[in-house]
Amino acid sequence: MAASPQTDLRRTPLHERHAAAGAKLVPFAGWEMPVQYEGVLQEHRTVRDAAGVFDVSHMGQIETSGPQALELLQRLVSNDVSAIPIGGAQYSVLCREDGGVLDDLFTYRLAPDRFLTVTNAANHDKDLAWFSRQLAGYDAVVEDAADSYAMLAVQGPRAREIVQAVSDAPLPARMTAGERTVAGARMLVAGTGYTGEDGVELLLAPEDAVRVWDELVRRGAAPTGLAARDTLRLEACFHLYGNDLMESRGPIEAGLGWAVKEDTGFIGAEAVRAVRDAGPSEKLVPFKLTGPGIARQGNPVLGGGEVTSGTMSPCLEIGVGLAYLPADRAVPGTEFEIDVRGKARGAVVTTRPLYSKETPDG
Amino acid sequence: MADASYPDDLLYHAEHDWARIDGDTATFGITWFAQDALGDVVFFDVPSVGTAVTAGESYAEVESVKAVSDVVAPLSGEIVEVNPGLEAKPEAINDDPYGEGWMVKVKLSDPSEADGLLDVQTYTSQLS
Repeated sequence: MAASPQTDLRRTPLHERHAAAGAKLVPFAGWEMPVQYEGVLQEHRTVRDAAGVFDVSHMGQIETSGPQALELLQRLVSNDVSAIPIGGAQYSVLCREDGGVLDDLFTYRLAPDRFLTVTNAANHDKDLAWFSRQLAGYDAVVEDAADSYAMLAVQGPRAREIVQAVSDAPLPARMTAGERTVAGARMLVAGTGYTGEDGVELLLAPEDAVRVWDELVRRGAAPTGLAARDTLRLEACFHLYGNDLMESRGPIEAGLGWAVKEDTGFIGAEAVRAVRDAGPSEKLVPFKLTGPGIARQGNPVLGGGEVTSGTMSPCLEIGVGLAYLPADRAVPGTEFEIDVRGKARGAVVTTRPLYSKETPDG
Repeated sequence: MADASYPDDLLYHAEHDWARIDGDTATFGITWFAQDALGDVVFFDVPSVGTAVTAGESYAEVESVKAVSDVVAPLSGEIVEVNPGLEAKPEAINDDPYGEGWMVKVKLSDPSEADGLLDVQTYTSQLS
């Protein structure tokens, strides 16, 4: 069980803070990241009840700018980039020609011809190469901005009040972004997150990260690790690339049709349109186990399909997850069985999200 | 979570399991190191009384939020009792790994196997 020390892993600017706080540090997508501090259950509940701060500096950024930046992004990502207002944010996927998903992305429109796209750490280099490969013929510039930013997520019902108290102006509303000075540091503040709670994400210069982190922690945002980030996002039914999204499946199967606008002519649009028109053969659905146990990524569904994410829900206190099921069974209320290491465990398809304060039973 | 501790009246298996021997039966559980490495335990799939267990082989699974891990039997025999409290309160494995978090009691088939287990000094010297 002892982990051998990894010396070739990248470290965020907050590494010393994590080590000093007693965080359990693990390799993640080439980075040494805090998986937990006090304990995943406690951290999870603190984000649901109060506020947590996550170091997500491993995430990548690509800046696209120039007179045809919009046209280039419209060709690359699945959503309608022209619909993003200045200071707006938008979720999309990046597809191959055959519709397979290369990554899922958040794009912020910083100026009419300047966009910042946040990538998954494990996909950043692949995405950057893909962006650069499509650049020919466009009057636009694609830059790797990953080294320019540290990134913090402050999430939970108290998150905004904690950040607002040290911000020079009202914080951006949900799904918008803007420059602010927070705890003395100029940064991009976005009303986005990955927990199902209200909150903000902060994109800031790496040299400011420690000062801002310390101030947010001092004001009551609890350091929260990647383990709780995963359980929080799963309760909210947000996709995780590498689990629920992959090159071998498309966005319609993944239930992301709302983030895909085929009429924009993005790479993969025709393949995606064909799936949407014909109806996908399988669909990603949230599920709850009806008895004891925990289903995990890779567990087969009896009769066809597979679990792509699974955990014990800290809020619901039962096994939950996301699974691809044959389309005719991917309907809320459908009961099915999962092969969990040789034991058949009963499960039921639910509506999204698995957990929310407004509708506790999803 | 309790501070690190390794009672000196137990015998240890290198896979981070302990045995408390009482005549021809023994109580099994996992060590403080194992529960700390797992993190919050949220599920213990209680094995059945009557199941045969083999020293060095898995007899149960313990699940943290993040992952599932095998629990290895330090000695061979047959399960004669299981901890009924762990189904409702698996966190006892974190809170009290040598007490309330015990897992099974086993009637030993070969008590001499205990000679192959580690004393507390040997086990703890292998940690870190």
